[in-house]
Amino acid sequence: MDGEELTEQETALYDRQIRVWGAGAQRRLSKSHVLVSGIKGTVAEFCKNIVLAGVGSVTLLDDRFVTSEAFNANFLILPDENAYVGKTVAEVCCDSLKEFNPMVHVSVEKGDLSTLGVEFFNKFDVVIIGYSSRATKKAVNETCRKLTKRVAFYTVDCRGSCGEIFVDLQNYKYAKKNPDETVECELTFSSFEEAVSVPWKPIPRRTAKLYFATRVIELFEETEGRKPGECSVSDLPSVLKLKKELCEGNSVSENHIPDSLLERLVSSNSEFPPACAIIGGILGQEVIKAISGKGEPLKNFFYFDAEDGKGVIEDISKA
Amino acid sequence: MDTQQQQSAIKGAKVLMVGAGGIGCELLKTLALSGFEDIHIIDMDTIEVSNLNRQFLFRRSHVGQSKAKVARDAVLRFRPHISIRSYHANVKNPEFDVDFFKQFDVILNGLDNLDARRHVNRLCLAADVPLVESGTTGFLGQVTVHVKGKTECYECQTKPAPKTYPVCTITSTPTKFVHCIVWAKELLFAKLFGDKNQDNDLNVRSNNSASSSKETEDVFERAEDEDIEQYGRKIYDHVFGSNIEAALSNEETWKNRRRPRPIYSKDVLPESLIQQNGGSQNCSVADDDSTVSAMPSLGLKNPQELWGLTQNSLVFIEALKLFFAKRKKEIGHLTFDKDDQLAVEFVTAAANIRAESFGIPLHSLFEAKGIAGNIVHAVATTNAIIAGLIVIEAIKVLKKDADKYRMTYCLEHPSRKMLLMPVEPFEPNPSCYVCSKTPLVLEINTQKSKLRDVVDKIVKAKLGMNLPLIMHGASLLYEVGDDLDDIMVANYNANLEKSLSELPSPVINGSSLTVEDLQQELSCKINVKHREEFDEEKEPEGMVLSGWTQAPATNGESASTSNNENVSDVTESSSGPEIASKKRSFSETQPENHKKEAENIESEDEDLMEIENPMIVSKKKKRVE
Repeated sequence: MDGEELTEQETALYDRQIRVWGAGAQRRLSKSHVLVSGIKGTVAEFCKNIVLAGVGSVTLLDDRFVTSEAFNANFLILPDENAYVGKTVAEVCCDSLKEFNPMVHVSVEKGDLSTLGVEFFNKFDVVIIGYSSRATKKAVNETCRKLTKRVAFYTVDCRGSCGEIFVDLQNYKYAKKNPDETVECELTFSSFEEAVSVPWKPIPRRTAKLYFATRVIELFEETEGRKPGECSVSDLPSVLKLKKELCEGNSVSENHIPDSLLERLVSSNSEFPPACAIIGGILGQEVIKAISGKGEPLKNFFYFDAEDGKGVIEDISKA
Repeated sequence: MDTQQQQSAIKGAKVLMVGAGGIGCELLKTLALSGFEDIHIIDMDTIEVSNLNRQFLFRRSHVGQSKAKVARDAVLRFRPHISIRSYHANVKNPEFDVDFFKQFDVILNGLDNLDARRHVNRLCLAADVPLVESGTTGFLGQVTVHVKGKTECYECQTKPAPKTYPVCTITSTPTKFVHCIVWAKELLFAKLFGDKNQDNDLNVRSNNSASSSKETEDVFERAEDEDIEQYGRKIYDHVFGSNIEAALSNEETWKNRRRPRPIYSKDVLPESLIQQNGGSQNCSVADDDSTVSAMPSLGLKNPQELWGLTQNSLVFIEALKLFFAKRKKEIGHLTFDKDDQLAVEFVTAAANIRAESFGIPLHSLFEAKGIAGNIVHAVATTNAIIAGLIVIEAIKVLKKDADKYRMTYCLEHPSRKMLLMPVEPFEPNPSCYVCSKTPLVLEINTQKSKLRDVVDKIVKAKLGMNLPLIMHGASLLYEVGDDLDDIMVANYNANLEKSLSELPSPVINGSSLTVEDLQQELSCKINVKHREEFDEEKEPEGMVLSGWTQAPATNGESASTSNNENVSDVTESSSGPEIASKKRSFSETQPENHKKEAENIESEDEDLMEIENPMIVSKKKKRVE
């Protein structure tokens, strides 16, 4: 498709992965631009994965100043005060990521996701929103959808040992390898707003409970004006009350969402590093697939819970 | 989950990681982040450029250094207050004995070969320390938990043997590119640059082979003053020309096959090769063996490019010349190494010329290197996921949460909506010769087979023993060790060359042998059954070991959940030790793994995937045909 060949250096460095996804996919990776916001444990894992994979550029957005809380599960921040004092999380992570692969351009942008304009997002092929409020996810997703070019949009969250990935590739064509031939397939994705507004009643009962539980927590944080992840076990009664209302509003039984799951979600104020590695790994793989156009992408939610060890895909799209 | 209890279990744990490669780097990072404070890590390897795309603790400046040590230093940067001890050593070394293993609460494997995995499995069983085992290839991977008495051990289910090819497919009737690679690597390369004393099936046996064998022997001998290019052309014409003509004279062979085309150098190459760009004399700047290359002087740069017959022929001659010009000292004891650029170039060219002759599609150097070097596809994401799953299982083991142990498969395509599929572990296989004491049965011709055959093909290759000892009743027939005196060594060596029935304590039909490995603390009984004849194609070793029964296929819920066509058991690198014993067959060098979903869930890391010239290693006695 594009004539440019990989350099000798790229072929040597990426040898083992070119054997997985081919030189064409590697070329497309090296021309892609990824925006990442909210760099906690899972997103740090993701960043490592795509920098190693050899994307063209990674732009980091996280204006929080580094505190000891930021170390949790994030191996991109070295606990050396001289190195991080006065710096933002994005700046510190940028320094670490650059070392992983000198061929990838890693940089920092400042600003608030919800106020950045259309032209800002136009620079990217992939946008990752980590640990954001429901409102921000919706807003950025809508902005990306307004662009003339297709931007692959992802959200990712990890609470304790549980995680969620949301994927919006809009109208997406990909090559599917069958035993004998490669066929072109097309998928239509729902926006974040559409996907989280689907009525619960018709959703199959066996759907991951985390889908519903995450919606409850998300709404709780929004109505209480909390930052994402800012819950504690003392919030449990209010969260359970909200759950009851939501279940009633959706005409499903309250047992639809186990209290114990909500309790785990509100009381885990830090990420479980093995879960970060797993969710960040799946997200990395999906982004690589989306850029290369090779392989069936995940549609449109992924859940992992270390408690049962399952990594499940759920398709919850507007009818 | 009780996080308080969990945190103290993690803090107090002493864990051993075996392997600091693709999985190992991810694992060490995740262990450190998860709060582990006492980690030991063993790896014998040093860092290579092709590791850097996924072994993220390593930088270009670390190439050549110990993986274990660099990984340790890198993780201490973000978790300075924990203790990590690194060992740049082979886990099979005697210092890593049962007592060494006993000091740990759990062993975590991130290995790349069957041999080491089996060794660690046995030490874990002997030391009664739980093992979490793992492997990845491409987007596939799995994690399994092995706790003595509770779950199956790593060897409870036989690992599928690597695919092998009949000798005649390789020597006379190749139909796939991999056949040409095996021929180029294990026959031609070995013949020209390897040990001259080893048996080699390179020359086709035509109808009049008896008379021609003498003179063909001489073709490969280079006279002291012979011009290298002339010599190269002579080899070229012999293997691609007259050998093919000789094979063609066997009309029977080609009745239902496409006839190959003999290729002679004069038809492909100009009379005399005029050196371009100064030729081979100054094409390599450094005298480092691994950087000598035939490509630059021929104007070839891109390893992904497909060379035509002429280019392959030029590379063939040039590479051969460079071996004699630059690496003469090594000739006679070279074995193929995928990191040896010149060897890869030579094998690629030779395989392509042969492919052309047989009407098989040609391949690029990049592809040929992958096939010849058994290179496993590897990506960072799968390793990261698998490492996360290992830590989750390790924590369950530390909390002794036996009901929650799972083996987990990482899939490329979802199965029942799952990309990560946990399955209940199997119970120990009651007829496993490793973790239960079930005797094995060996059918063998006790009058013809030597003790050496049993040691090489069974005890080492099949049973994977490192320092074996063989007893028949009270009589010690063979042992290995540093503390043996000369008389004993002489005795054992004499025994090796005797047939079983001639041994000081004759081993005959109905005899029972005890085979032990003192380091692995593994002992098994082998009941011997005499048998006169063996089928050369089906039973190429000339003996049959049985007692490797499969684990029961049904095992409650786990059977139904694992009954998925996408998933097979942990399989191994195709360089498993079984290969070394294949007498008349060749190992497949390239498992076409990522195409056949999960059929070959392999070990991460390519680096130990070499096939050690299996058929040449084994001492082969050809019977008169």
